[in-house]
Amino acid sequence: MDIQDLIIDDRDRGIFRVHRSCMTSFDLFQRERELIFNRCWIYLGHESEVENPGDYRRRTVAGRPLFFIRSKDGRVRVFLNSCPHRGAMVCRRGAGNAKTLQCFYHAWTFSTSGELIGVPGREAYGPRFKRSEHGLKEPPRVESYRGFYFVSFNPKVEDLVTYLAGARDYLDLVVDQAEEGMRVISGSNKYAISANWKLLAENSLDGYHLIPTHRTYVDYMSGLGTDDSGDTLASRPPGAGRALGNGHCVSENISRNGRPIARWHPVFGEEAKPRIARVRRRLVKKYGEERAYRMADTSRNLLIYPNLLIMDFVAISIRYIEPLAPDRMDVTAWHLVPREESGAALATRLDSYLTFLGPGGFATPDDVEVLESCQTGFRASGNAWSDISRGMLKADPGTADELQMRGFWRQWHANMQGLSQANAQDGQPGGGER
Amino acid sequence: MTDNDRFALRASVEEFLFREAALLDDWRLEEWVDLFADDARYVVPSTDLPEGDPTRDLVFINDDIVRLRARAARLNSRYSHRENPRSRTRRFVSNVRVEETDDGQLSVSANVLVYRFRSGEGAPYVGTIDYILRRDGGDLRIAYRRAVLDLEDLSRHGAVSIIF
Repeated sequence: MDIQDLIIDDRDRGIFRVHRSCMTSFDLFQRERELIFNRCWIYLGHESEVENPGDYRRRTVAGRPLFFIRSKDGRVRVFLNSCPHRGAMVCRRGAGNAKTLQCFYHAWTFSTSGELIGVPGREAYGPRFKRSEHGLKEPPRVESYRGFYFVSFNPKVEDLVTYLAGARDYLDLVVDQAEEGMRVISGSNKYAISANWKLLAENSLDGYHLIPTHRTYVDYMSGLGTDDSGDTLASRPPGAGRALGNGHCVSENISRNGRPIARWHPVFGEEAKPRIARVRRRLVKKYGEERAYRMADTSRNLLIYPNLLIMDFVAISIRYIEPLAPDRMDVTAWHLVPREESGAALATRLDSYLTFLGPGGFATPDDVEVLESCQTGFRASGNAWSDISRGMLKADPGTADELQMRGFWRQWHANMQGLSQANAQDGQPGGGER
Repeated sequence: MTDNDRFALRASVEEFLFREAALLDDWRLEEWVDLFADDARYVVPSTDLPEGDPTRDLVFINDDIVRLRARAARLNSRYSHRENPRSRTRRFVSNVRVEETDDGQLSVSANVLVYRFRSGEGAPYVGTIDYILRRDGGDLRIAYRRAVLDLEDLSRHGAVSIIF
C-alpha cells in the first residue's frame, strides 16, 4: 500500500480513516524510526532529576541508550551510553551520583563533562593518540525548555522553541502554576503495553472514551461528591480539542474533578480549602483572572509530538512512550509537582494522582487493556480502517471530538511521506509542505 | 518468650496469611477488605524505588480504607476491564518472619509469589509483603500492608490489576 493512501482525510465530507497497517507493519515501524524519531525533538528528562553535580539518569530514547548528568560546572550534559573505546555501556545504573565515570571493560575514565581523563597504560598508545578525540559522544542536538530536556538525532532540526509551536503556551500554563518552579519527585511508574505506540498517543487525548472505558473511576469520583460552586463553570465555554502545529495537540477541558493546584474538590477534604484559595489568589494576582482560571480550573492532556504527554488534570504526569516494536511499547510516567509544595499540599496531590493515574490507579489499567484489545483485534482483517472522524464537520470541536487526534495523525502522515509540516486543522485543504 | 511460644505465634500468623491468600485467589475481595483495620493503609511502591514513601514519592498504590473498599468494588465490577474476565491467580506465601513490637502489635514479613494467568499470558508478581498486624479479640487485623515488588518494572503485566 502506498504511504499516501494510509490515511483517508476527506475534509469536505468529514471522513477520516487510518489504515490499521499503520499499527501492525514492521516496514512502517522502521520508517517511523527514520522519518520521525530520528528527525524530531524527543523528550529525555527533567532538569530536577539531576539536581546536584554528578547526579545522573540513564534513559532509552528512541531505541538509543543515553544518559544525562549534571557536570561539575552545573550544566546538564547528555551522552550516548557507549564507551568511545569499544562500546560498553559506561553508565550501568538507572540513577546515581558519580565524580567520574569509568568503563568497566578497560577502565577508561571520563569526567562528568565527558572528557577522557584516564587511560590505563596510556604510554602503549602511539604519539598520535589524543585523549581529546576519545571523549564521550553527545547526541547531535540537546536543548531544554523550562526544565524539560529534549534531544534530537537530526543535526539540522529547528530550535526547540520553534519546534514546540503552539504547545509552548500550554507548557507555560503547566510550569507557571508553581511559585518556585517544578520538580519531578522520586519514583517512576514503568510498564509496557502490547500495542502500537500511536494508540497510546491517541488514547491520551481521547475524551470520547472516558465514560465507557473509565466508568469505575467516574462512579468512584462522583460517589465522593462534586463541587460546581465558586466560579460558574456553566458559563464557561466547554472544553476543546486543538491541533497546535508540528503534530502537537491538546485536549483542554473544564475540570469538574479537583485540581490540586487551585480547584478544590471534596476528595481533598475541608482542611485543604484555605490553602487552595490562597494559591488561587496568588495565580490571579500574578497572571490575571483569565489565565489563572485556565491554570486552576481547566485541565489539559498535551501531546508533544511524537511521544511525550503532559497529563495535567488530577495531578501532573509526564508520560513518555518508547516504541519497541509495531505491537509493543514501554511507558514511563513521572510525577511533576510544584517545588514549594510539601506536607499536606503534597500529600493531597500524590493522592489525587494515584486515584486515576498509574498502573495501580483506577483508570490506567483499563487503558492498557483496551489498547491491547485493539492490537489483537487488528489481526482480524488485513485490510481494515479505524475511524477518527468524530466532530470533523463541527466549527468548534470539543474534547470528545477527535480533531486533536487527527492533528497527530496528519503530522504523522506528512512525516511518513518525507514532509515536515501538515495542515493539521479540519476544514483546510490537506497535503503538506517539504 | 519460649521457642514453643514463638512457633505457635508464627503458626497463627501463617494461618492468617494463608487465609488472606485464599480469599484473594478466590476473588472474595470484600471479605479480604474486612481483614483490615479502619485506619489501615495498603501501599505498593514503584519498582524503581522499593523504599518509596507514599507521602513524598511516586508509588503505584497508597490506599486508605475508603479507597481500598472502592478498589475491591471496582475489581468486582464488570467495568474493571483489565480483570474482566478475571485472571486466575495462585499465591504462595513463605519465609514468614514475625516480631512483636513494643506496643504489642506484630511486625510480619513474608515472601510472596503470585502467578497470574490471563489472555494466554502467565507471569509472576514476586516480592515481599510487610505487615503490621493488630490483635483484635482472638483475631488479627491488618493495620498496614506494604507489598514490595522485586520486578524491575511492570513490563510483563502492564499494570497492578490484581491485589499483590
